[in-house]
Amino acid sequence: MCGLAHYFEDEGIPSTAIALVREHAEKMRAPRALWVPFELGRPLGAPDEPAFQRRVLSEALAMLVSPDGPVVLTDFPDDAPGPKAEDSTGWVCPVSFPPPPSEDEGPVVAMLSEIDALAPWYQVSRERRGRTLVGVSGMTLHEAARYVASFLDEPVPDSSSPDKTVAQAFKDATTDIMAYYSEAGTAQPGRRSSGETQGWFWRETTAGRVLLDVREKLLEGSDKRLKFVVAKILFPKTQGG
Amino acid sequence: MARMEDLVETEQEHMRSLALNTFDTTPWAEGPPLSERRVAIVTTAGLSLRDEAAFGLGAADYRVIPAAADTADILMNHVSVNFDRTGFQDDVNIVFPIDRLREMAADGEIGSVADFHYSFMGATDPALLEDSARALAGMLREDQVNAVILTPV
Repeated sequence: MCGLAHYFEDEGIPSTAIALVREHAEKMRAPRALWVPFELGRPLGAPDEPAFQRRVLSEALAMLVSPDGPVVLTDFPDDAPGPKAEDSTGWVCPVSFPPPPSEDEGPVVAMLSEIDALAPWYQVSRERRGRTLVGVSGMTLHEAARYVASFLDEPVPDSSSPDKTVAQAFKDATTDIMAYYSEAGTAQPGRRSSGETQGWFWRETTAGRVLLDVREKLLEGSDKRLKFVVAKILFPKTQGG
Repeated sequence: MARMEDLVETEQEHMRSLALNTFDTTPWAEGPPLSERRVAIVTTAGLSLRDEAAFGLGAADYRVIPAAADTADILMNHVSVNFDRTGFQDDVNIVFPIDRLREMAADGEIGSVADFHYSFMGATDPALLEDSARALAGMLREDQVNAVILTPV
């Protein structure tokens, strides 16, 4: 982000950056940066808080006409409204899953059954939000679940698409599964923290458990890009989520 | 929340261990009053439109998000346990503040909203983005943009 600012300014385009990690903005010396004390992933502060978002944006844009500089780093003074990531709001997922299938039926059947149980809530989410983040992989949810679970088998499957590496295909399928669960589980409006929805996925769903098993297997494998994806990108660093 | 001391220890280590580019120069471009600025959003959230190719890992190219795009068609390719995606799931403006810019233009706080906005993939080495960013500057000039708001995740 700060690197882009350097290149744009050097080309004569004025820029102002929102910075989520103050130490990074300091080190990279963006021409203009507004540091915000918000959760990573939320540079404008909080969803559905237009007045607050506009305050953040106004402060960042005002730096474009500041008499100071080059290199101005300003701190936004307020925390974002709403629960913080680590807060406990008492949120629980309203979806009751069917009893898990027997061991013989395996993780794929359990995951597909769970996906089906969530389908009505996913539809509620799509209608309420008017959008979905599912769609990166180009697969249906059942296809994505089958593909991801197949990484528990030997050998590791090929890429699902000729245009993607196997690591990219795995990442995209997993991203869609997580987005589906997150949207379905939070279909009803209400207070919740991001930590609660993450914790629910990793600790209380079959999909979360299957993915953690896949992670353990891939960490022992030889594909460095797959290892990178499971170790650095997609998965919590502790089993508990 | 993004105060370093608020992050769990493993995240603090991760953030401190990232290899960051540093710059010897301090480029500085100026422009007219805010009320005359034409503003474009450039984000590193890995946003793309539903029908186009997803960003690859470490991609150095960018995607164009037309201002007229239906926000229902905007996907986020960047994913990491290090940041929250549920905010964007609820409200596109938390990363891509297109509605806020429109309000500011309607109120005269800024001059106008650019016709095109752009996204790079997050977690790509900034040095790899230089060629794309410099090429993009030409596109921004063509759209008369004289202010860029950069948003990370």
